Amino acid sequence: MKTTALLLGTALAALAAGAAQAQTSVKVGVMNDRSGLYADLSGEGSVIAARMAVEDFKAAEKGIKVEIVSADHQNKPDVGSTIARQWYDQDGVDAILDVPTSSVALAVNQITKEKNKIHINSGAASSDLTGKACSPNTIHWTYDTYALAQGTGGAMVKAGGDSWFFMTADYAFGHALERDTGAIVTKNGGKVVGAVRTPFPGTDFSSFLLQAQASKAKVIGLANAGGDTINSIKQAGEFGITSAGQKLAGLLVFITDVHALGLQTAQGLVLTEAFYWDNNDGTRAWSERFAKANGGKKPSMVQAGVYSGMLHYLKAIEAAKSKDATAVMAKMKELPTDDPLFGKGSVRADGRKMHDMYLFEVKKPSESKGPWDYYKQVAVLKADDAFKPLSESECPLVKK
Amino acid sequence: MFELLGIPPQALFGQLLLGLINGSFYAILSLGLAVIFGLLNIINFTHGAQYMMGAFVAWMCLNYLGVNYWAALVLAPVLVGFTGVIIERLFLSRIAHLDHLYGLLLTFGLALIIQGLFRNSYGSSGLPYQIPDALRGGQNLGFMFLPTYRAWVVVASLAVCLATWFMIEKTKLGAYLRAATENATLTQAFGINVPLLVTLTYGFGVALAAFAGVLAAPIYSVNPNMGADLIIVVFAVVVIGGMGSIMGAIVTGFSLGLVEGLTKVFYPEASATVIFIIMVLVLLVKPAGLFGRAT
Repeated sequence: MKTTALLLGTALAALAAGAAQAQTSVKVGVMNDRSGLYADLSGEGSVIAARMAVEDFKAAEKGIKVEIVSADHQNKPDVGSTIARQWYDQDGVDAILDVPTSSVALAVNQITKEKNKIHINSGAASSDLTGKACSPNTIHWTYDTYALAQGTGGAMVKAGGDSWFFMTADYAFGHALERDTGAIVTKNGGKVVGAVRTPFPGTDFSSFLLQAQASKAKVIGLANAGGDTINSIKQAGEFGITSAGQKLAGLLVFITDVHALGLQTAQGLVLTEAFYWDNNDGTRAWSERFAKANGGKKPSMVQAGVYSGMLHYLKAIEAAKSKDATAVMAKMKELPTDDPLFGKGSVRADGRKMHDMYLFEVKKPSESKGPWDYYKQVAVLKADDAFKPLSESECPLVKK
Repeated sequence: MFELLGIPPQALFGQLLLGLINGSFYAILSLGLAVIFGLLNIINFTHGAQYMMGAFVAWMCLNYLGVNYWAALVLAPVLVGFTGVIIERLFLSRIAHLDHLYGLLLTFGLALIIQGLFRNSYGSSGLPYQIPDALRGGQNLGFMFLPTYRAWVVVASLAVCLATWFMIEKTKLGAYLRAATENATLTQAFGINVPLLVTLTYGFGVALAAFAGVLAAPIYSVNPNMGADLIIVVFAVVVIGGMGSIMGAIVTGFSLGLVEGLTKVFYPEASATVIFIIMVLVLLVKPAGLFGRAT
């Protein structure tokens, strides 16, 4: 009896709250790799992150009803395009989040523009998303190849690594990363002595490593990600490449990769990330909640970016009092961003989300207190230094 | 110093040697497939998943039971081979009289289930597995640095391949096997337990895959997809060598490793496809495969 009364009361209260505010219902699609080599760094974890954002924003209390759907793009642009079209045309999805794998992201970017919806990309790397392929409907949230190049590339050249050989994953992302890093290396007075394009995804990199070794470059730049990077680093150790004095630059290494490699193999690696769970009290508290929901695994920067992007999207809907793509995009670019994971920031005209990036070094096994205690912070790159300045932008949206 | 097509000979030797190492994996995996196809007429699509299971069991042995690499090299094939025996008894024996296609679909489905289960429990980015201490380091051969572990991979897989070939072609047990392949009913009439032979053969083929998995664990990323990436290439190797030919599988495995190694030097972008190009060419000229008999 008591429970019924209580339930009735709650229902009435909910009704009253609903009546007080106009209901907006939005449907958000989290599209990423749920079964392949990027599933651990995005996958279900990104969906969890998006749900946490809805919870923390208290969307229901603010009259915004959020539904989250998810799909596996299998790292294939054709699969991703089909899902995006179906979501926008038939399922009434308003925004697509995450989308790792640059080739898929570029396809979704294009479709989102055609359909005038919203794409908040956290997972993909190619700086083309805010460069020549930029769109009024896309925000590139977490990181990009330019920032990775600035961070890791810049730091390696300054430390004396002035000749580079690239091992490049043979698709949009690898090409963009090689191009951006090559430019930074040359700008800082170094030179690129060669590159090899490796089929994606690959298993055996020893042959390419041997070519890199023969090039006598001081630094071997790994313009790849996920399983490719893990295999390259593992095998570089095996073939004595690192002990012979050549340095490896993991241009895109996620914490999940370090976890998979183990500190014994990964120690000393310098890498650039936008987020590390052990950065401050805010990130630690959030990451603990996340890990509870994600089988004990700490969040990657991609998953953190999905949370942060989703939060800002909801804020913009609240401010615009509508879910109209043009109005919401305008609000997202107008309002400053602020959350415990990335701190204060902003969204630029070209769709680039601005925040600081961090240069980390992987700890030695003796320095680590346990699983997921992997990084030492080496430097902080201010947002304006990390990302490509608007004055050099190729994006047609930028007025010069 | 002379150069061949712009590549110094030292680099070429190095790449050939690497090709041989990769070829060892192809050889050992395609050998297992050929053995299974020869006797059971089953195109075993679960092979990649079983290779992956071998690597995972090695990892589990180390992390849960404290069993080292050397023991895992024996234990993992036995354990995974035993799961193969169960699969044969539960599923494959029931569809033995049906068309190839049923076996193919069944084993493919099983592979997806096994991979899914492992992905659910262990994630997709992989697990660390270190090279055993005794095989760390390497030799400088002048033209390249050869890690001891890679040399061990070539030696171990050559030994296993040749032992398998010897067992099938030169021993009494092998003679029974070959007889059962030719005519199962007649062989059974001589008092040989053919169903048992079939079960054990499948178990053995699976154990070979698991053995390759343990060999791969320290050098490749141990993840649920490791077999799926490799198995397609291995199938091409079997097709090129000729379905069911034991020696064919071994020789083709090693030589395609070499071809792939060379492609990685001259035109790396094509190294993932070169084996399939060869497959197409071989099928055009010799549809039964290089070592296969036309039936």
